[in-house]
Amino acid sequence: MSAATFRFGEGNPQYDAQGRLRHLLSTEGLRERELLQILDTAESFLSIAHRSVKKTPTLRGRTIVNLFFENSTRTRSTFELAAKRLSADVLNIAVSTSSASKGESLIDTVDNLMAMQVDGFVLRHPEAGAAHLIACHLGDSALVVNAGDGQHAHPTQALLDVFTIRRLAGPIENRVVAIVGDVLHSRVARSQIHALSILGCPEIRVIGPRTLVPEELSALGVHVYHDLQAGLRGVDVICALRLQRERMVSHRLPSLNEFYHRFGLTPERLQWAAQGALVLHPGPMNRGVEIASEVADGAQSVILQQVAHGLAMRMAVLTILAGAAGGE
Amino acid sequence: MTTDWDVTALLAGMARDLRPLIDPEQAAMIGIFTGGVWLARTLHAALGLQQPLGQVDISFYRDDFSQIGLHPQVRASDIPFDVDGRDIILVDDVLYTGRTVRAAMNEIFDYGRPARIRLAVLVDRGGHELPVAADVAALRLNATAGAHIKLRGPEPLRLELEQRRLQP
Repeated sequence: MSAATFRFGEGNPQYDAQGRLRHLLSTEGLRERELLQILDTAESFLSIAHRSVKKTPTLRGRTIVNLFFENSTRTRSTFELAAKRLSADVLNIAVSTSSASKGESLIDTVDNLMAMQVDGFVLRHPEAGAAHLIACHLGDSALVVNAGDGQHAHPTQALLDVFTIRRLAGPIENRVVAIVGDVLHSRVARSQIHALSILGCPEIRVIGPRTLVPEELSALGVHVYHDLQAGLRGVDVICALRLQRERMVSHRLPSLNEFYHRFGLTPERLQWAAQGALVLHPGPMNRGVEIASEVADGAQSVILQQVAHGLAMRMAVLTILAGAAGGE
Repeated sequence: MTTDWDVTALLAGMARDLRPLIDPEQAAMIGIFTGGVWLARTLHAALGLQQPLGQVDISFYRDDFSQIGLHPQVRASDIPFDVDGRDIILVDDVLYTGRTVRAAMNEIFDYGRPARIRLAVLVDRGGHELPVAADVAALRLNATAGAHIKLRGPEPLRLELEQRRLQP
């Protein structure tokens, strides 16, 4: 099907005309059954990392392009490895933001790659909505995974986080989850909130300074705290966020030290949460800013498991989206 | 339409035919989801195999993935023994085109290099499209392409045979 005949399935560009998940742009608007299917499929991929041959033939013959307009280590390398473990061919393109202009040139880049008969794009871009733009442009002709667009969404990170919570903390329907730190600039936090809500998380809290936690979040059914001790009380899972120093306008924070002093996760403060509460962090960490090394490397930290889960999650997402390409 | 085949008796026959072929100390069994796993549970116990039962979900190995996509419910494959050098009994409910068995063998070889694989099925319905043959089959039929043969379960196991009209 050409891009011109693309139609929205149920008004959401993530779905094709048959209602199948064709692109993953945001956790917002995902249906619970798709979310559960993604989590269950990731579970099946997890064990493959422990076999002698860490590959399946699932995407043999397909080509996936990693198109990154922003720096990334974990996300880019796990997407690359995920595609390779599915036997796809991978093209990595890192575009420096300074040399690329927006809008039309992104579409031009994608059109040129499409002329090489590629099957999918994993896109990271500093502009919110970049992945939507490309998905709408491509329609059914190739899959698009949003690997982070501006401050809008980072769905695979949120999915691997809820996957980690479900595996290591138990059913999400009875866990209290707190997201701590720079929520304002965080595409991860937004995607986490949507994913957790869809999966029936009974209480989602966001904790951070007034300048970094928008009050409007309470409209999403989230409980907003500006005091770490009050916010952590009884919490089963703590999702720390990276303080986005590169996005930080100076007036939002007096200093990084001040942030650590009030909101940094230290071993003492971890005691305020429920016993054995899990600590997640999407990486890269600013040790001594949002998290103390003793916590990051401590017994309650599942940060490295998140990375392993991220690989399985990205294999699951690519498989499900590529699967929707088949059939009529 | 359901038939009056006695699946329990058919399973007993499969176990009887398998017994002379295997060494229960060394041999291991793998069931293919879903029906093959149901049957394998019974056979595994009947044969007194020492290795824990394995199971494979071949969804990621199907040769028609690009036509039909991913099965909505994928279970985790689990082979809890070392495949290298082992005698493996692969169990499935119905052998038809042979493509499922091929996919399962591809998956098993990604775990290691078995010494041999034997195939045990409840029904060999004919219509093979690949050079795959069952070492043990409780029923050997020559079903027409429109026939629909399915094992229902897990409790009780029932074998269904339905003659569907061919699609126009």
